Amino acid sequence: MSPRITLATATRVLTQLRRDPRTIALLLIVPAALVILIKFVFEDSPGAFDRIGGPLVGLFPFITMFLVSSITMLRERTTGTLERLMTMPLAKLDILLGYGLAFGFVGTAQALITSAVAFGLLDLEVAGSTVLVIVLAIGNALLGMSLGLFVSAFAQTEFQAIQFMPAFVFPQLLLCGLFVARDQMAGALEAISYALPLTYAYDALDRVTSDGSLGGRGTVDVIVTCGVILLALALGAATLRRRTA
Amino acid sequence: MAAESLTVIRGDQEVLHGLSFTVPRGRITGLLGPSGCGKTTLMRCVVGVQITESGGVQVLGVPAGSAELRPRVGYVTQAPSVYGDITVGENLRYFARILGVEASRVSEVMKTVALEEHDRVANKLSGGQRSRISLATALLAEPDLLVLDEPTVGLDPVLRVELWNTFTALAQAGTTLLVSSHVMDEAERCDSLLLMRDGDLLASETPDGLRARTGEEDLEDAFLALIKEREAV
Repeated sequence: MSPRITLATATRVLTQLRRDPRTIALLLIVPAALVILIKFVFEDSPGAFDRIGGPLVGLFPFITMFLVSSITMLRERTTGTLERLMTMPLAKLDILLGYGLAFGFVGTAQALITSAVAFGLLDLEVAGSTVLVIVLAIGNALLGMSLGLFVSAFAQTEFQAIQFMPAFVFPQLLLCGLFVARDQMAGALEAISYALPLTYAYDALDRVTSDGSLGGRGTVDVIVTCGVILLALALGAATLRRRTA
Repeated sequence: MAAESLTVIRGDQEVLHGLSFTVPRGRITGLLGPSGCGKTTLMRCVVGVQITESGGVQVLGVPAGSAELRPRVGYVTQAPSVYGDITVGENLRYFARILGVEASRVSEVMKTVALEEHDRVANKLSGGQRSRISLATALLAEPDLLVLDEPTVGLDPVLRVELWNTFTALAQAGTTLLVSSHVMDEAERCDSLLLMRDGDLLASETPDGLRARTGEEDLEDAFLALIKEREAV
């Protein structure tokens, strides 16, 4: 592994994005626009926006970063550039960390803009620290990115990669506790939710939003989330093959 | 470089049937044969990106695909492997940083392949120009072995001659080249030839050796004579 190559890869990925202004606009604006939409949807239910607004500031970046990173990585695999990189003197992790840095940067910008709109423009009020919600939102973006990079290994076409969104992300959204508190779910579903990464990322956000602090469980949530991000990056690197059939 | 009973199975088909051959250093070796005869698979074995069933390839004294070969072997795939959404210069600078070569090499290799569109986005260029970006990338690290898969397909005749002049110059400077082609007139420019058909090696000869063996002046006719000779057995 080499910081020179990791940085070069991150720069290259960001350059690719820079040459695609429409994607940048979509990445930065869509999550914030969705939060605005939610605000108006719940206009007549006082308190509802404050309750779910905090978690959503994190969940929207999770979803978009998952999609964008899985498609980008798939493109690298299908255009032959990955095979070329694999014949060059670089470590597999250089590629994954390069992507991680680049999309981490974009995800951070996205989470910051979404938070600025939610807290600044829409007067979202959370029980805990605003800064903590923003940091967790960035963590959610990174989680989405690392999972997206990993699952792209299992898609051969962009059609398949797009389908991973409902197949892989929606169940996590349904079971993470956003729609129904997990302790009110059927036992089997609650058990499954423990195995899903988004459960922990959401739980941490929810605790800061409603309880006001992370507490012991929230801290565990954060540790698990960071662990999954690193694990997904490592697994993603492991799926890159120098030799293929 | 030497291959020893190289066998490759892709899917449920054996595509290379135990090939053995050598490629001399500092020479241009042409790999010729019709489309689908296994040229690309053989080149992938040489670069070490192909899973092989049995046998193996030694490159510059070590097994193909060894980590120490990565900076010493340049591989150009048939479809240009470049990032289409960034400029020519950005492509080359990225690969130069990976290879750890000076940024000044970027303009040198662009000159070598007669590319001038430094600031143009790769996707806006023609297929021939994109394949020259791909070739330029392989030249960045001044590799000892260059493996080129049909590098001249779709290029205009003037440029094709220029590229072959470049290959000759590289070989004279000590680079070993393995160049595939399905047009026989390029065989003339090679020092030695590997003729393939249906995953088998028909001959490993110099162009003159091939003429002497078959009694044909034209290399295309010589290739046909070899196929007949093989079928007669």
